[in-house]
Parts: sequence; C-alpha cells; structure tokens
Amino acid sequence: MTVHSFQEKFDEKIDREDTIEPRDWMPDDYRKTLIRQISQHAHSEIVGMLPEGNWITRAPSLRRKAVLLAKVQDEGGHGLYLYSAAETLGITRDEMLEQLHSGKAKYSSIFNYPTTTWADMGAIGWLVDGAAIMNQVPLCRTSYGPYARAMVRVCKEESFHQRQGFEIMLTLAKGTEEQKKMAQDALDRWWWPSIMMFGPPDAESPNSESSMRWRIKRFSNDELRQKFIDVTVEQTKILGLTLPDKDLKWNEARGHYDYGAINWEEFWNVVKGNGPCNKERLETRRKAWEEGAWVREAALANAKKRAERKNKEASAA
Amino acid sequence: MSTQAENNYQNEWPLWEVFIRSKTGLDHKHAGSLHAADAQMAMENARDVYTRRMEGVSIWVVESKNIHASDPHESDSMYEPATDKIYRHPTFYDLPDELTHM
Repeated sequence: MTVHSFQEKFDEKIDREDTIEPRDWMPDDYRKTLIRQISQHAHSEIVGMLPEGNWITRAPSLRRKAVLLAKVQDEGGHGLYLYSAAETLGITRDEMLEQLHSGKAKYSSIFNYPTTTWADMGAIGWLVDGAAIMNQVPLCRTSYGPYARAMVRVCKEESFHQRQGFEIMLTLAKGTEEQKKMAQDALDRWWWPSIMMFGPPDAESPNSESSMRWRIKRFSNDELRQKFIDVTVEQTKILGLTLPDKDLKWNEARGHYDYGAINWEEFWNVVKGNGPCNKERLETRRKAWEEGAWVREAALANAKKRAERKNKEASAA
Repeated sequence: MSTQAENNYQNEWPLWEVFIRSKTGLDHKHAGSLHAADAQMAMENARDVYTRRMEGVSIWVVESKNIHASDPHESDSMYEPATDKIYRHPTFYDLPDELTHM
C-alpha cells in the first residue's frame, strides 16, 4: 500500500467513528499530537497530587484524611493509566518523565497555584476536578483506543472527587462565619484559574482544528468552558457563595451565562513558568525521581537475584 | 558507547499487561499495563493500580514482550476465509415457523 492509501484508510476510519489502535497506521502529526496531549495529561495527574498532598497530614478529621488519601492515590493511578496509553504510541515512560523534569513538557497550569487553607481542598475537588471531568467525559470517545479506554476508567473513578470537594465547601459554607469566609476566599482564588483550565479561546488555540478533525477533541475550549460556567453558577447558589465575576449574567437570548474577561496574560505567564509554584512543583518532582533512583535499581537487582535463585533451584532439581 | 540517557531507558522496569477477572465465572479481560521489576511486583502493582474498587477476584500479569499480536494491515486476508461461510450461523437455515421448540 502507498502512503496515500494508508492515509485514505485512516481518514475513512476517523469518519466512520472507528477507533485507531496502536498497531494501526496513523499520520505522524496525529501520533505527535496524541503523545503531547496524553503525556501532558499524565503529568497533570502526577503533579496534581502535590497541592493536595500538602493537606493530608492536616486534614480536619480522620474521615477527611482517608478521603483525601484515596483521592490522591487515584490521581497517581490516573497518571499511570495515561502514561501507559502514551507508551503504546512509541515513547518510553522515562522519556516522558525526562521531558517533565526538564520543563520541556507542560502540565496543567492550575497546579502552579498554592493551597493555603483547608478550604482549598474543597475548591480543588469541586472546581478543578469539575472542570477536568467536563474535559474528560468527551475524551472517553476520543479516536485513539488506549486513550479512550484510560479515560473511561479515570472518569468512573473521578466522580467522587468532585462530590467530596463540594461536600467540603458545603460544610464550610454552612459553618461559622469564619469558615464561610474561608470557603469564599478559596472560591475567589480558584475560580479564574479553573475556567482557564479549558485552554485559550478558540480563536487563539492553534492545535484545536486538527484535533477536532481527528476526533481527538470533540468540543472546543470555549464550548466546554461555557458548559462548566453554566452548571457551576447553579451549584454556587446551593453553597450560598458568590462567584468573583461582576459581569456574570444570564443571557436569555444565548441560553447561557455571560462572563467577564479572562486574564489571559496571567494564564500565559503561568504556562511560561512564572506562576507562584512552578519552580517548587518541578523541584519536588525532580527530587522524588532522583531520590527514588536507588529504589528502582534495588528492585531490578532483587528481581534478577530472585530469577537466578529460581534457575539454580530448577537445575538442581 | 551508550549515552547516559540511553542507559536510563534501558534500566526501565519491564512493561506488563494486566488481565482481570471481575467476578467468578467470567473471563479475564485486559485492564491495562504497568511497569514492574518482576512478576511478583507486577502482581502487587496490578492490585494497587487496577483493583482499588473491588474490580477483580483474579489477576493475570504477562510481560508485554511475550504477547504476539496480529498485524492489522493483514486483517483483510486474515479474516477473509470466514466471510463467505454464513452457513456457520444458525440464522442461515430456513425452517418452518411452527417449529417453536428448537
């Protein structure tokens, strides 16, 4: 078959809503886009463990602590599912980690903000996981099979993440004046970074067009952002808190909420590495990798020793 | 001589495929993959990564390099012999409507 007919077959599959599997022929750019997106997604899960890990030892009750531990453990698992999906495209786990540690690969900018109070655990679960779920649900039907299957698993596990976050916010919002203030403060700090999670506006999103054509993406950044804002406004009413956007207003004609201008300068600034915690997050990941080297080596040495012992026993028998 | 980076990649723990039986009586089904130094560690990691919510009663782990997969580009010739043998399906046979107990 010629390259042309390979391409034709690929296009037909995409149009038929067939999934593309690891051993199928695929255009180089499709492969590259997927490796970039999936590894970035995996890095986000792994780095995303850090802001929450900050509160595990200080959770206000045993119940909250067990829940937070389970959530952070899930995130580690989600990172592994996604790394595995990316590996089917021909990149190794170590290569991806090297890209993360060198700063070449990005992760979601939201994790470059600090978690200064317990209410941040509520705001992250509710808003950050909420936004992530909004992004991830359509990815369960993305065109690349291993990615779609990983996302099904992630979405199934993640629904409790948002609910526990909302529960924390609700408890604080119905608590003392001080607790309510804490919840409002967390909302004020996390709202804008959360709606930035959907990425730059459609007009300025360079990778979107081909991703939509390849059915890697199914909704545009702005569509998903609008959907998230519409549902979150209603959820905020139940909490009795106020979203920090004075331009937020129901638009009858559009059937959606209008919202104020997003500070994209801040977004790009954090993407470029100048957010409050970029350096600290990367430093923590690098340190974990370097200080864990002896564990990885010891495990290999132990596996080798065990295999040799087994061989000896087998030949002696 | 290999570079430092290549050495690092060569030291990567091997990749394993994980198959899980979700409940007794059902087949093991591919759940995903993971890295582990040996089979015992692969089994422990599979437990932690793929069965945190009681998803399984039995786990198989197979080192990925031991799996031989069919080539999708040969699918046409690979499965062609089955396409013209519809008499292998029960619906091929024309039987009277009165025949209800079969």
